[in-house]
Amino acid sequence: MQAYLDNSATTVCEPGVVEKVVQMMSVAFGNPSAMHNKGVEAENYVKEAKEIIAKTMKVQEKEILFTSGGTESNNMAIMGCAAANHRMGKHLITTRIEHPSVGNVMKHMEEEGYEVTYLPVDENGIVKLDKLQEALRPDTMLVSVMYVNNEIGAVQPIEEISKIVKANNKATLFHVDAIQAYGKYRIFPKKMGIDLLSVSGHKIHGPKGVGFLYCDAKVKIKPIIFGGGQQKDLRSGTENVPGIVGLAEAAKEIYTDFEAKIEHLYEVKAHFVEEISKLEDVKVNGLTGKDSAPHVVSVSFPGVRSEVLLHSLEEREVYASAGSACSSNKPAVSATLKAINVPKEHLDSTLRFSFSVHTTKEEIDYCIEVLKELLPMLRKYARH
Amino acid sequence: MEKTMFRAFLIKYGEIAIKGKNRYMFEDALVESMKHTLTEVEGEFEVTKEMGRIYVFVKSEYYDYDETITALKRVFGIVGICPVVIVEDTDFENVSAQVLKYIDDVYPDKNKTFKVNARRANKGYPLDSVEINLEMGGRILDTYPEMKVDVHHPEINLVIEVRKHVYIYSEIIPGPGGMPIGTNGRAMLLLSGGIDSPVAGYMIAKRGVRIDATYFHAPPYTSERAKQKVIDLAKKVAKYTGPIRLNIVNFTDIQLYIYDQCPHEELTIIMRRYMMRIAEDIAKANGSMALITGESIGQVASQTVQSLAATNEVCTLPVFRPLIAFDKEDIVTIAKNIDTYETSILPYEDCCTIFVAKHPVTKPNINIIKRSETHLEEKIAELYKEAMESVETILVE
Repeated sequence: MQAYLDNSATTVCEPGVVEKVVQMMSVAFGNPSAMHNKGVEAENYVKEAKEIIAKTMKVQEKEILFTSGGTESNNMAIMGCAAANHRMGKHLITTRIEHPSVGNVMKHMEEEGYEVTYLPVDENGIVKLDKLQEALRPDTMLVSVMYVNNEIGAVQPIEEISKIVKANNKATLFHVDAIQAYGKYRIFPKKMGIDLLSVSGHKIHGPKGVGFLYCDAKVKIKPIIFGGGQQKDLRSGTENVPGIVGLAEAAKEIYTDFEAKIEHLYEVKAHFVEEISKLEDVKVNGLTGKDSAPHVVSVSFPGVRSEVLLHSLEEREVYASAGSACSSNKPAVSATLKAINVPKEHLDSTLRFSFSVHTTKEEIDYCIEVLKELLPMLRKYARH
Repeated sequence: MEKTMFRAFLIKYGEIAIKGKNRYMFEDALVESMKHTLTEVEGEFEVTKEMGRIYVFVKSEYYDYDETITALKRVFGIVGICPVVIVEDTDFENVSAQVLKYIDDVYPDKNKTFKVNARRANKGYPLDSVEINLEMGGRILDTYPEMKVDVHHPEINLVIEVRKHVYIYSEIIPGPGGMPIGTNGRAMLLLSGGIDSPVAGYMIAKRGVRIDATYFHAPPYTSERAKQKVIDLAKKVAKYTGPIRLNIVNFTDIQLYIYDQCPHEELTIIMRRYMMRIAEDIAKANGSMALITGESIGQVASQTVQSLAATNEVCTLPVFRPLIAFDKEDIVTIAKNIDTYETSILPYEDCCTIFVAKHPVTKPNINIIKRSETHLEEKIAELYKEAMESVETILVE
């Protein structure tokens, strides 16, 4: 049996998505900028994709900008807004638990002369709103907060954050990294007061190498990639038509029967948390109920090195992740786990399990059964 | 200058020329090595051995000159590579025009001393070598007045070789030296993911030894990526040594059993003794006549003189340790030169470090180690057999 429990790293492409992607690669392969009808055909597919995606968030089509994925969307939101709005001020606010595609952009902005406030979080990874209130200044240009944390599944009070930000200064921009949230929540930027929102295709059963940035029509933003002037000069480069069409198909699919899907995810998660909590000397990090994301659980296994546990699970075809997949090829301590005060000796003993709509109770039971077998053996052979 | 004007390369080889009756064997091995290496280069080549010289002829219209030189510089046994211009029309007027053009192409700065060094293999040629030297030298002086003759220590030794065609060359690009692979038997390299062992393998291969390798894999304590890293390292070394048979041993159970049964601070030494035993058994079964390790005195606890003695004690084959007296920086320099360094420093754990004790023994007493090993008697033979049966062999090219 196989249990793929690493869906926060990436998800399997839906067959419907694969079909569309292949069609775009082999039949409707035109360049959307071409003047002939092959180009028009491709352009229409891109337009349709935009419509589908805009509809899922009740925003205008022109507010969707296709990118190469979540990282570019996050880079574009922060750097593009900074370039266009520097007169507003050189202060930025973010949190201590952001993904590196926000965190490292912020570091870069500091080198560029910006001042960045990194908000602390509580033991469940939730931003301290009083600290946000304190941090806001007249010259705060942008606030960037992730919707769902990729390592522990903490969900931020996005609407409340927006209200606090806008009450301080209506002009301050609010960016939300929704890469782990889109497809798990119904997100309506206009209602929630979100100016910019980043999404990635491959986290919602779409293709890799494609994503989008929602950017409110009122927001002034400049490109970070220059060239032929595609996408109204904001994002040069021939549109990744297969990726874009695949992404739209995945978005359509995930928001169909949405409530049932989320219900299923919470059931799977509750079952996992219940079963894993029965194991000896295991600690689940952060919140686990409906106040947390439906698809992520972080678990510490004191006395077992996460890398060793991960490879032992892998031998039995159980796939999880140590830290977030993006950083696991360079052994570094997780900033998120540190920010929520996970004890030092647990930092290197923590795995993330993440689910998708396809995850079954049987997979969970298999994973738990394998863990029951492995943990005593691994604890016996520890490094001294 | 258009480098593709060179349509052949004369290969100079030093040491092997003096090996008496074995000379043909050495030359054939060198030709084989060169042929193998050149298969990776864009272009078609013919490697020939004629009248005591080895030539590479370019057969295809297009070839990549820089790639060719880089490839030949990796072939052990080559001392120098001379790019040759071939003149097909051997009429002396034409030859002399080509020689003057050659000098202009290769030496834009004419302020140099030279000597013409003609060799006439084709005895039917109207001018003999002395006549060619005089006539050609005169024409060069007339055309390029800045150039001066120096017959003893010329900066340019211009060789004009008259055969069926006329060959012109003067530059010698240094090769790696050493001996052709396959002329000195076969040895088994204990390859870890570190900086040292690939360098050790490279150095021994340079003496003409064909290399096999053994890697100890300890899943789940070492990852698939650690194994892939070793395969990648073997690939880099194979660029010099030719194909390497890489044996991957599953070492986990032996390691855990030692952990269970022996004092923890002796774990590394006992583990290394078992690695040597296994590597030696694989070596003997596959025609290797020695082992190679990257050990260097005092680098870590398991490489003190006492520790080396303790691991050496289990072997009957000679163990080559080419880095034994090298400082780490010197090893790193070679690793960078042979392009293994970047791969070696990737941070995947290897099986030597996973259970390492805080204070491992640095002066192991062989008798005490042997006594500790008696605690393994119950199951070790079975685990050893299983480890040997687990060996996966990959041909890395």
